[in-house]
Amino acid sequence: MTDLHWLPEMPDWRARLRGLANGPEPVWDNAVALAGARVNFVLTNALDETVRRLMDGPPAGIATKPVRLAVLGSSTLTHLLPAIRVAGLRRGIWIDTYETDFGQYWQELSDPASALHEFRPTAVLLALDAHDLTAGITAAMDADAAAAVLSDVAERIRSTWRLVRETPRCPVLHQAALPVYPALLGNNEHRLAGSRAAFLDRLNARVRVMAEEEGVDILAIDDRARQDGIRAWHDPGLWHRAKQEVSHPAAPMFGDLVGRWVAAKQGRSFKCLVLDLDNTVWGGVIGDDGMEGIELGQGSPLGEAYVAFQDYARELSRRGVILAVCSKNDEANALEPFESHPDMVLRRGDIASFVANWSDKAGNIRAIAEELNIGLDSLVFLDDNPFERNLVRRELPMVAVPEVSDDPTGYAIALADAGYFEGLSVTDEDRERTSQYQGNKARDALKASATDLPGYLRGLEMRLIVKGFDRVGLRRIVQLINKSNQFNLTTRRYTDEDVIAVMADPEAFGLQLRLLDRFGDNGVIAIVIGRLQANKDLLIDTWLMSCRVLGRQVEPTTLNLIASEARKLGARRLIGAYIPTRKNAMVKDHYAKLGFTVMETNAEGGSQAVLDLAGFTPAETFIHVTEG
Amino acid sequence: MATEAEIYPALTTIFHDVFLRDDLTLTPELNAKDVRGWDSFKQIEIIMASEERWKIRFSTRELDALRSVGDLVRTIAAKTGG
Repeated sequence: MTDLHWLPEMPDWRARLRGLANGPEPVWDNAVALAGARVNFVLTNALDETVRRLMDGPPAGIATKPVRLAVLGSSTLTHLLPAIRVAGLRRGIWIDTYETDFGQYWQELSDPASALHEFRPTAVLLALDAHDLTAGITAAMDADAAAAVLSDVAERIRSTWRLVRETPRCPVLHQAALPVYPALLGNNEHRLAGSRAAFLDRLNARVRVMAEEEGVDILAIDDRARQDGIRAWHDPGLWHRAKQEVSHPAAPMFGDLVGRWVAAKQGRSFKCLVLDLDNTVWGGVIGDDGMEGIELGQGSPLGEAYVAFQDYARELSRRGVILAVCSKNDEANALEPFESHPDMVLRRGDIASFVANWSDKAGNIRAIAEELNIGLDSLVFLDDNPFERNLVRRELPMVAVPEVSDDPTGYAIALADAGYFEGLSVTDEDRERTSQYQGNKARDALKASATDLPGYLRGLEMRLIVKGFDRVGLRRIVQLINKSNQFNLTTRRYTDEDVIAVMADPEAFGLQLRLLDRFGDNGVIAIVIGRLQANKDLLIDTWLMSCRVLGRQVEPTTLNLIASEARKLGARRLIGAYIPTRKNAMVKDHYAKLGFTVMETNAEGGSQAVLDLAGFTPAETFIHVTEG
Repeated sequence: MATEAEIYPALTTIFHDVFLRDDLTLTPELNAKDVRGWDSFKQIEIIMASEERWKIRFSTRELDALRSVGDLVRTIAAKTGG
């Protein structure tokens, strides 16, 4: 199944496409809505062509970063490009694409004057086809000969990656080889050294190991094809006719797999799964059927299916997805199974925000986003009830609402196929996220009991561990730089390479700050990059912080650290810039609050502020700073 | 089961979507020379969209024999038992 089955049907889709040109609202918003509907490859192409006729670039002021994706391959890939661009649109991201001439990717990469370099890609998809990769492999080969070819091909791929990361200097997405070859030996195909099918399996395994070494991400169409069936992905007739390896009906899925990678790179994967309860987490209605009446647990296939889905949700939370509950119920009824049903897998402690009342769900979902301090566009709402789904889609179009049936066996599949929570790495912070939110609750309880704020802050016994950028922290640093939207002064997004460049630059510093308190470790919560200018001003290039630690004096403590680092570099003044986006209004007056003088404000609302280090006295805070 | 009369309206929708033109009228004689932009890529899109729509798969020989809309409609009808 390669269709985008989690997306809702839109009955007036064609009419709305035709209306894009003369619609009253902005073309972009309408186009994003059309991209969020379930359409096949023909309509995907039609949407792409219509949008490209009406717009030559992204609208000003959108929160996402436009992407220039170069697609490098040895077969025809043109038919996949519209689906990639529409998958970007689905996520509010403008993607421009460039396709190298047939089989010319190596020459174009090597030639600095080529059209590929002129395109200035910000990301590269390397999509090598199975026929190209298995050239020379034949069943007549012995094991040594086949192994030698495998090494050659693997090293050719590695050197291509390195070339990309040297010259266009951008991240690489490597398409795993599609398993297109029929077997020669059969069940034990792996015993035939020169089997092309077995060769591709070995190559895909080798490439994954290499990708870890080289910091390259994988586009796992081999896994998808195994799930969907290779016939859904590859049509030998089409290959012979047009050298198209991925068949047209699979193009929307192919594009979406690329689109979710692009979004994840920008830190725009979804972060939180909001669950309805009745007939979503268990069968039946807890308020009517009671604890004994709901379907949950061993003894019935339906009850076991709900247990399996709960287990999937808990596994998601263990890799860093936040769980929340939004249910129409009396709170006491809704809580009861979490506290005392023996077959519940999910427990109250797994749920970071629990809302059960009789208000409308759109309002409650807003409240959940506020409580968790995350954007509405990072929420996925799962509900078996089509009425609630449509209500939330209408009221909150930025919330993802997967289309599901009333059969719980499909819920995990819908969430997984949709790729909402696409992750590129897992950090310790991800694994501890739920306990961090639970820690927040304990902190809130202390806050409620402390009569004054200083008393509360003192009682937290906070420790800030400051470290320069290092390899160990690289993943978390890059993750924070690319996903922090709200407390982010400049919203500059950087790759691994950019962060490594800061480490090597004697005129710059990078700080990673970890906050601990009596309720636990909050993990790395703030990142600063400072760059010394020629005139001895220290420019605060990046200052971002997790909103979880707002209002805890981390900001003035961080400023103390920046001032101290700046003095080490011989700086006389600090320059702080605020670049407004749709999401960072909360830090508009950040520098003014810290005692900077605002020098200039531009028409877009951005500003530059300055602090003279000669007259600067470090603020006293309740945070104890240590070097890590 | 799809008869030729049933196939024409659905195939017209496919053509309108593929060429982004609502003014195309399908006749049995219509062929690639009559429609601007009907190249080998668009031909494949029409074929693949028809396969998806009628849940059929054309053989290489059947595809090579297609010369006009009429050929396509007759092949679809034959493959769906219409």
